[in-house]
Amino acid sequence: MNLKSSGIIFDIKKYAIHDGPGIRTTVFFKGCPMQCWWCHNPESREINPQRTANSIIGKAMSIDEVMKEINKDAVFYDESGGGVTFSGGEPLMQSEFLLDLLQACKQAGIHTTIDTCGYADKSVIQKILPYIDLFLFDLKLIEENDHLKYTGVSNKKIHENLKSILDTGREVHIRIPIIPGITDKTNNIDAMIAYLKSLSGIHKINLLPYHKIGAHKYERLGMEFKAGNIDEPANGSMQSLKNQFEDAGFDVDIGG
Amino acid sequence: MNERIRQLREQSLQAKPSISMERAWLLTEFYKSDICGQVSIPVQRALAFNHILKTKEICINHGELIVGERGPAPKATPTYPEVCLHSPDDLDNLNSREKIPYHINPNDKSFHEGEIIPFWRGKSIRQKIFREVTDEWKAAYEAGVFTEFMEQRSPGHTVLGDKIYKKGMLEIIADIRDSIAKLDFLKDPLALDKREELKAMEIAAQALTSFAHRYAEKLRSMLGEADSIERKDELEQMAAICERVPANAPQTFWEALQYYWFVHIGVITELNPWDSFNPGRLDQHLYPFYRKEIDSGLLTEEKARELLQAFWIKFNNQPAPPKVGVTAKESSTYTDFALINVGGMREDGSDAVNELSYLILDVIEEMRILQPSSMVQLSKKNPDQLIKRAIKIIKTGFGQPSIFNSDAIVQELVRQGKTVEDARNGGASGCVEAGAFGTESYILTGYFNLSKILELTLNNGIDPRTGKQLGLKTGNAVNFNSFEALMAAFKKQLDYFIDIKIEGNNIIERIYSRYLPAPFLSILIDDCIQNGKDYHSGGARYNTSYIQGVGLGSITDSLTAIKYNVFDEKRVSAEELLNALKDNFNNAEPIRKKLVNNTPKYGNDDDYADAIAREVFQLFFDAVDGRPNTRGGTHRINLLPTTSHVYFGSVIGAMPDGRKAYEPLSEGISPVQGADRHGPTAVLKSASKIDHIKTGGTLLNQKFTPQLLSDETGITKLAHLIRAYFRMDGHHIQFNVVTAETLRNAQREPEKYRDLIVRVAGYSDYFVDLSEQLQNEIILRTEHAEV
Repeated sequence: MNLKSSGIIFDIKKYAIHDGPGIRTTVFFKGCPMQCWWCHNPESREINPQRTANSIIGKAMSIDEVMKEINKDAVFYDESGGGVTFSGGEPLMQSEFLLDLLQACKQAGIHTTIDTCGYADKSVIQKILPYIDLFLFDLKLIEENDHLKYTGVSNKKIHENLKSILDTGREVHIRIPIIPGITDKTNNIDAMIAYLKSLSGIHKINLLPYHKIGAHKYERLGMEFKAGNIDEPANGSMQSLKNQFEDAGFDVDIGG
Repeated sequence: MNERIRQLREQSLQAKPSISMERAWLLTEFYKSDICGQVSIPVQRALAFNHILKTKEICINHGELIVGERGPAPKATPTYPEVCLHSPDDLDNLNSREKIPYHINPNDKSFHEGEIIPFWRGKSIRQKIFREVTDEWKAAYEAGVFTEFMEQRSPGHTVLGDKIYKKGMLEIIADIRDSIAKLDFLKDPLALDKREELKAMEIAAQALTSFAHRYAEKLRSMLGEADSIERKDELEQMAAICERVPANAPQTFWEALQYYWFVHIGVITELNPWDSFNPGRLDQHLYPFYRKEIDSGLLTEEKARELLQAFWIKFNNQPAPPKVGVTAKESSTYTDFALINVGGMREDGSDAVNELSYLILDVIEEMRILQPSSMVQLSKKNPDQLIKRAIKIIKTGFGQPSIFNSDAIVQELVRQGKTVEDARNGGASGCVEAGAFGTESYILTGYFNLSKILELTLNNGIDPRTGKQLGLKTGNAVNFNSFEALMAAFKKQLDYFIDIKIEGNNIIERIYSRYLPAPFLSILIDDCIQNGKDYHSGGARYNTSYIQGVGLGSITDSLTAIKYNVFDEKRVSAEELLNALKDNFNNAEPIRKKLVNNTPKYGNDDDYADAIAREVFQLFFDAVDGRPNTRGGTHRINLLPTTSHVYFGSVIGAMPDGRKAYEPLSEGISPVQGADRHGPTAVLKSASKIDHIKTGGTLLNQKFTPQLLSDETGITKLAHLIRAYFRMDGHHIQFNVVTAETLRNAQREPEKYRDLIVRVAGYSDYFVDLSEQLQNEIILRTEHAEV
């Protein structure tokens, strides 16, 4: 582990209570291989720091600096069974830095969670696996062409990686963003359920209702917001989706 | 709640606080009588108490189950001219002021001018105090360096233990007589003083019993008018209860509540003690009665709930006595700080939570009234169910109950020299003050303006508001060549004013001891009877005098700003800074920006600022802790403000933390409003860097939006957050679950609400950091949640 190695981080949030068990600190990595239409963190896509009208998004931080922030809340992790969550962006994009951080956390006895889209080389997954206690694994669309259209990448690698993670027996929660007219279509939901049933070892499913919260960020960054015309899903439709997944035998929550 | 309770609650909510001249007149009538001059001062006080209780109007409200009003009607509030004699202007002001008014009718006002003022002029405690204290004390008081609790209200600050649930007044009188019998006139030079005090106690005990009998008589006289057979039965039962208690120890749940209530009325009629009075560990005291009667089928949970609700309303009918002047500024509220304690630990250290703890929490939630205040004592031994139940009430957003760390309270009290058993029988009262219930007199003597000390230090002891040389000449601040030199000067000024405050306390305590003993309160608090000594004279087992530091966040941030900008980073010269302060930053906005935005602040788990909080805390602690008082006890510190941070702010010009002139200071140990930017865990980390165990209480406020607590996860994680704070020895925390209105204010004045956290969607964020559209969306959502 190289304590001097550094990565680009765009935020560190304390008292994160919906990113895994207990009270957590969530470290947001900059850079993402996908370009989901509905992304609510568009500032996380570009891996390098970005200048906007009144701030710079993202900065280089060393392992030392990040660990200092993480360690500050150790008493809260201990009390609540919490820990650290690596999110983004996509933390696997900065895999060397992530690995160093994970090793440092494990040395300090801190529970680790990664919130990932699963799009990475197999070797990257193999490297980090031993240091991760919980995967929050995002799945969006099962049909490969749809996936390509709405996220910019194929889902093949993603499915391979999920399989290999599940094979190790690690705790995995599947997170599915519910984007009206895109991910909530009957064919996608049916295919999703069939796909998830074919796997074993999934602990939980979170259905994340789409929120328009990122819209203003696109403006600020001068980026196009492709999901601008999509409305948030109604409570009733979230509940009926939840029932469908539950009928298939899964433990399901609405929200993170 | 049932219809009866609904009506009583409504009556209480609708009643407007008013001033009643009944007590002032009866008191004056007694002091004009011949007998008054023939007896000792303690006996005078007891006879005056007896005269009031014997003569005052008996008020029984329609449908009541617990009886006893201090005034002739709910919220009719007496005055205490022997403590604070109101001027005609005071009464006009009380009647007409915009905040916290007390209505007075014109006849009563003329009566006050014609009968009360002429008799008490020059004799009130308030006038005695201002005659006896030094000029330095008066100058500091007028400048707002400190306030004085005892200038309008008697010391009080105590909580009842379990005594009355075991002994009736008849047994207490037997104890008093026993104590008289043991007096040794041969060897004890104070034997006569003790006998007079004990005689006074006996008169007071008898007076309360006779008062209850008047209620019994009145209840029986109402039997004929009862509108139903059930009510007639009730009235008979109530009359029987008033005949049994307080003369005898209570046998039932109902008797226990009624007994306490007579005692409460007694204490707040005898004098106007601070923090009214308080039954303290109610779930502990009432549980044996509850258990016995539930088991034998004589009481149902529903009846117990109804009785508790009826009891709650009685507190709400007694607003704080009218306060004027600085006292009204430091404590601008009708609340009289009776604080019901739920949970905690038993005398043997075991988990004290029982069914009644939860029943009381139900009552708190359902009643949702200003008084009594309520709190949960949370020990590491208490189940999570207790804290989660409390959070579910907190999330309804009326600020109750507050949460206290029982384990810390016990450590604090033991450090002060109490036995571990007395400490475990204690809790917190008033706002956050730790005390040994039933055995301690722990009076709060006044708030202390830590930021004013810095302002004086920066001005060579001169108060810039008046130009007067108030403090020591510690040198021109421009010439301090290091931060340490500034801190040394700050320490000199601090010690100087603490000495003045303690000298004043020693005078004021003796004035109360000499002129205004409290024989009735004395029979309730151990060991006044055994010692033959009054509560005001050191009769209690433990005697503590507190000085309450105000605005830890403000003083820390100001000192930090100087250290960081003037000495360490050299971004602003001392001269530039002092000129900017003098000019209220009028031509120095760039300097103010540096001080506000780019300087370490307390409340962010940043050791640079937090180390200074520790340093200030230590200086304040060293100046006060262990200094003897006049009652055989010592001075201690705690950190709480009530509303004094607004008053204290109003006497201070611009400060180095970027605060503009006359704005409020921070409250308790909370960060400066908006200065904490890293969420609740960082605030709790900063707050726990001071040594809470060396205080008698600290106050920490946190704001949360209702959405953060909208689901079970939010509640569970908040419970963990609190447990973690308590693991770090935090003393107290309270939550302000905010509304759409607050959010709108936050939108208008974002700088003041920078610490407000909202749940957005799958994550949480600072409200002011959100786009306007999103803010509007959350306001709408919040409003929706409120519907």
